[in-house]
Amino acid sequence: MLKKITTAASVIALCALTACGSGSGGGTDTGSSGDTITMGFAQVGAESGWRTANTKSIQDEAKAAGIDLKFSDAQQKQENQIKAIRSYIQQKVKVIAFSPVVETGWDTVLLEAKRANIPVILTDRAIDSDDTSLYKTFLGSDFVEEGRKAGDWMVANASGPTNVVELQGTTGAAPAIDRKKGFEEKIAAKPEIKVVASQTGDFTRSGGKQVMEAFLKSQPKIDVVYAHNDDMGLGAIEAIKAAGKVPGKDIKIITVDAVKDGMAALANGEINFIVECNPLLGKQLMELAKKVVKGEEVPARVVTVEGTFTQEQAKAALPTRQY
Amino acid sequence: MKNRLLWPLLALAALLLLNLVVTPSFFEMRIQDGHLYGGLVDVLKNGAPTLLIALGMTLVIATRGIDLSVGAVAAIAGAVTCVHIGTSGDVGTAFVGMAIALVLCALLGLWNGFLVAGLGIQPIIATLVLMTAGRGVAMLVTEGQIITVNNDAYRQVGAGFLVLPISILIALAVLGLVALTTRKTALGMLIESVGVNPEASRLAGVRAKTIIWTVYVFAAVCAGIAGLMISSNVSAADANNAGLWIEMDAILAVVIGGTSLAGGRYSLTGTLLGALIIQTLTTTVYTIGVAPEVTLVFKAVVVIAVCLVQAPKARAALSFRKVAVSS
Repeated sequence: MLKKITTAASVIALCALTACGSGSGGGTDTGSSGDTITMGFAQVGAESGWRTANTKSIQDEAKAAGIDLKFSDAQQKQENQIKAIRSYIQQKVKVIAFSPVVETGWDTVLLEAKRANIPVILTDRAIDSDDTSLYKTFLGSDFVEEGRKAGDWMVANASGPTNVVELQGTTGAAPAIDRKKGFEEKIAAKPEIKVVASQTGDFTRSGGKQVMEAFLKSQPKIDVVYAHNDDMGLGAIEAIKAAGKVPGKDIKIITVDAVKDGMAALANGEINFIVECNPLLGKQLMELAKKVVKGEEVPARVVTVEGTFTQEQAKAALPTRQY
Repeated sequence: MKNRLLWPLLALAALLLLNLVVTPSFFEMRIQDGHLYGGLVDVLKNGAPTLLIALGMTLVIATRGIDLSVGAVAAIAGAVTCVHIGTSGDVGTAFVGMAIALVLCALLGLWNGFLVAGLGIQPIIATLVLMTAGRGVAMLVTEGQIITVNNDAYRQVGAGFLVLPISILIALAVLGLVALTTRKTALGMLIESVGVNPEASRLAGVRAKTIIWTVYVFAAVCAGIAGLMISSNVSAADANNAGLWIEMDAILAVVIGGTSLAGGRYSLTGTLLGALIIQTLTTTVYTIGVAPEVTLVFKAVVVIAVCLVQAPKARAALSFRKVAVSS
């Protein structure tokens, strides 16, 4: 038996080691002239439609702002990002921006950038470091605020006792923790709104569907589903339909993200409310970059411009939706 | 053999009992839109992909091999089919897409078989190649996006019902087919003999290499069908997450079912029980409301308990009612 366990353990360890071990990133070197601003951007990867839209926005807006962009894709690996940042330092770019894959372990490489007098801007994700002088500003979504917006809608649209089931994101992920927190903060104002069950659906459609199926059997009364992203909400829609109920009417659905499939479901009336998590931060990033390079003061935290969508707004916005 | 199946059976019963106590509505069953609807039906429907993959895995493990690539193969199958279907709602397109995907999966199985039987690479390493590369291939096919389809024919595979979920009917059909071809003919014995000693079997006139190729192709095709179910269940192909870590669930199902990882002996009924235990466990976590933070620990405790009661030493201790000696 011990042998079996050790075999299984080594199998798991091996998988963990190799699961994300494909390919390698690295900066592209195109050279730059003296006057234009050169920006080195180290992206996380291309793991979702959201991320792809994020990348495209940054590339397009850099072109529009006349900034020479050096772009690298880290394929979800920190060492690739560190390599890319080092190469940007060597190429003496004017400003470095990146979305950190993980929260910790950036102090050394960011200190190198600081010594080389290259300002750093964080996008989309924060880092965990005591030394806040390592970066100029952090541009990204406020996940707690997203949760609050969802909670606000819930409070405004609840009549009488309301049972909410929550589909959480990946356990321990910042968006999952914060979106839960913000939502709970707001619904605390109305005691008749209760979260009766909360499980993780891992941000995936299959996960959302499976958890929702189980909720539909174990919970006698469900009025609202609050899903931490569109995909889990889309999975929940399938489960609700299979139970012979009408999503959006019998059971109301609130999600976060506003990707295209989610917006389509919202326009169809299957989702009731979506809080936007905006990947199109390219324009704000370029503006910040210009200020930082000129040496102007920028706030330490810049929140991306984000809205919310009701069903009518989704119908209007859908045709021009980029992602 | 009977005795071996007793413990997994008891574990499954205990899990179901736990559900009955905590949420009595778990066993409620009703007819909804002409099909059965209830917690147990969900277990069967969502357990079907794991069961299929575990079936393929059982035969591979019986030859003393292992196939880590099944999750990636499942992702490829879903990706290829969804990309082929695109925006079409046509029945024919769905079937052509699925056929292309399954043929491709068979080819991937041939590749695994070639590495293991042809080149003699250790199975764990040989299939690791495809486990890593396969997901990349699936990402390439879908260009990293989640492909959503709207095709009723395709939806039937994973989410459809003929009174019972179609997915479990497919999985049980494959189980029956495997049971017939390996237990009613000599094939099962030949597979086991290869697992005990491939060289000796070859000398005894068994075509060891052909059998190894066959089981890897079979495992890949099973994974392909499972991938179709997973993707069809949500009408979307998610190259990143479809079938992620399902190889671990499948191996676990096989082991819980009493098949030895050392090869040479396998139990199909055991695998069926193992797959059901794993899915019941997952569903139980959702129904009884285990906090997400401790879900993995809860699962691990159950799995360790199931494995321990099957261990000869633990069983001996239990049957003689001795106090367990700490090591």
